[in-house]
Amino acid sequence: MRRTSVAPFGRMLLMQTWSRLLWFWRIPAWTVSSLAMPVFFFTFFGLRFAHLTDASGFSTGAYFLASFGAYAVGQVMVFSFGIGVSTERMLKQDLLMRATPLPPIVHLLARSLSALLFALVALIGLIVYGVIVGGIREELSVWATVVMRLLAGSLPFIALGFAIGYLAGNAAPAVANLIYVPLSFASGLFIPVSQLPSFVQPVAPYLPTYHYGQLAWSAIGAPSEPVAASLAWLTAYMVLFLALAVRAYRREEQQKFL
Amino acid sequence: MTPVVELIAARKHYGTVEALRGVDLCIRPGEAVALLGPNGAGKTTTISLMLGLRRPTSGSARLFGLDPTNRRARSRAGVMLQESGVMGVLTVRETVRLFRSYYPCPLPLAEVLALAGLEDVANRRVMRLSGGQRQRLYFALAICGDPDVFFLDEPTVGMDVEARRAFLAGMRTASSAGKTIVLTTHYLEEADALAERIVVIDRGVVLADTSPQELKARVASKRVSFRVAVPLGDDALAGLPVMSIQCSGQHVRLLSNEPETVLRVLFERGVAIADLEVTGVDLEDAFLALTRREEEQ
Repeated sequence: MRRTSVAPFGRMLLMQTWSRLLWFWRIPAWTVSSLAMPVFFFTFFGLRFAHLTDASGFSTGAYFLASFGAYAVGQVMVFSFGIGVSTERMLKQDLLMRATPLPPIVHLLARSLSALLFALVALIGLIVYGVIVGGIREELSVWATVVMRLLAGSLPFIALGFAIGYLAGNAAPAVANLIYVPLSFASGLFIPVSQLPSFVQPVAPYLPTYHYGQLAWSAIGAPSEPVAASLAWLTAYMVLFLALAVRAYRREEQQKFL
Repeated sequence: MTPVVELIAARKHYGTVEALRGVDLCIRPGEAVALLGPNGAGKTTTISLMLGLRRPTSGSARLFGLDPTNRRARSRAGVMLQESGVMGVLTVRETVRLFRSYYPCPLPLAEVLALAGLEDVANRRVMRLSGGQRQRLYFALAICGDPDVFFLDEPTVGMDVEARRAFLAGMRTASSAGKTIVLTTHYLEEADALAERIVVIDRGVVLADTSPQELKARVASKRVSFRVAVPLGDDALAGLPVMSIQCSGQHVRLLSNEPETVLRVLFERGVAIADLEVTGVDLEDAFLALTRREEEQ
């Protein structure tokens, strides 16, 4: 047997992740919508309440930051996986890659890692903006908790992105918008649930984005459900989205590769 | 020695369509093999089975004696596929660098760019490449892992003349360095130039598996055409050593391996011939005649 027989896993993962980050960075529409839009929304919806403190003692500004942080991370996940997967299928970028020794798990990990890194940048940008421009003061540990929870809780949105990427085909960008934006609105990520139209309010507690928001709201001390409840809901949604994605993936695999 | 590629009674159905109807093929290290056949013959399916991109409906496919999806097997294969893309926003250099990381012992980046003739466009984004440059990039991605075997599905489609020449030269060098080459092509001159073994596939079966020389010998090697004063009857043509014959009024065209015998018999039978022309048959005609003959049976 000649030389080493397979490429080192770590190097492949590093290069693959780096390439995906370049991919993110070089599509301006993408960069703007993921980095700038949350800041923009926060400015319009949340900035004027930034200095307020709620009767129960938490900062309204931090509440809005947490909400738009959840919106930002979920958005990176749904869109990067949804549009990424559909583009790859459309341009048959998956075909050549499938013929190389790149293990599919490395591809998946690189996708997830790059999306998490990008989401982290979006989140930090948003928080720094809120702190500097909005004058919102929280302990660093509070922000760290918000960031950690939002990144860790974003798995269901990766699964949702996958499902959209496989099911919606070239309509993926539109479908992702049609699903994610109303979900975020109805879950109180733009304006608090109590301010939503009365017919939407009873629906909110059943939405994945609502429980995702809860993870962030509880971190800043706003009234919220127990973290365990949020996690349970998110896990259930993850299983649902994953089932959808896997079914669509298998169907395509049958057609294209088996 | 373990064969590089082994297909054993490989069948492939897509729904009710039978793309491959039992193919046996063994390719040994160092061979240069061309898969020839008309569109829809099953060439791409054959390569897909060899690479593990598709699984045989029945029978088996092995790459270096392993399952073709095995990483150790794939690490030794370089691939050019039809209609496969790469991320458009990366530059040529970044793309080659990425693909190099998939292989255990890649060639140096600079060497890959030079071999593929991509130095001038190394910093250009893939989406801004011309069709020919893009094809060079795919060539670069195929060689970057310094593979033992190349799988090339219609590799020169879309290449400009310069790129094609460079590609053929590169492949010949690889072949003489002991690399195994499996290619499908529509350009039969390409098969003739690169391959020492030609596998003719049509409608999912192997029609011929032989050297280019023998392929030519097996089918007609000469085309004979002439004019006669009166249209020939069946008795004038009976028993001639020909592969095919076409008479349209006074014009006669036939394919044969023994044009001298054909002409001598015709003279003996008192046939007056004018405008005689005897030409060699190129591989393309030879190949068409072979598949056409199968159709008639």
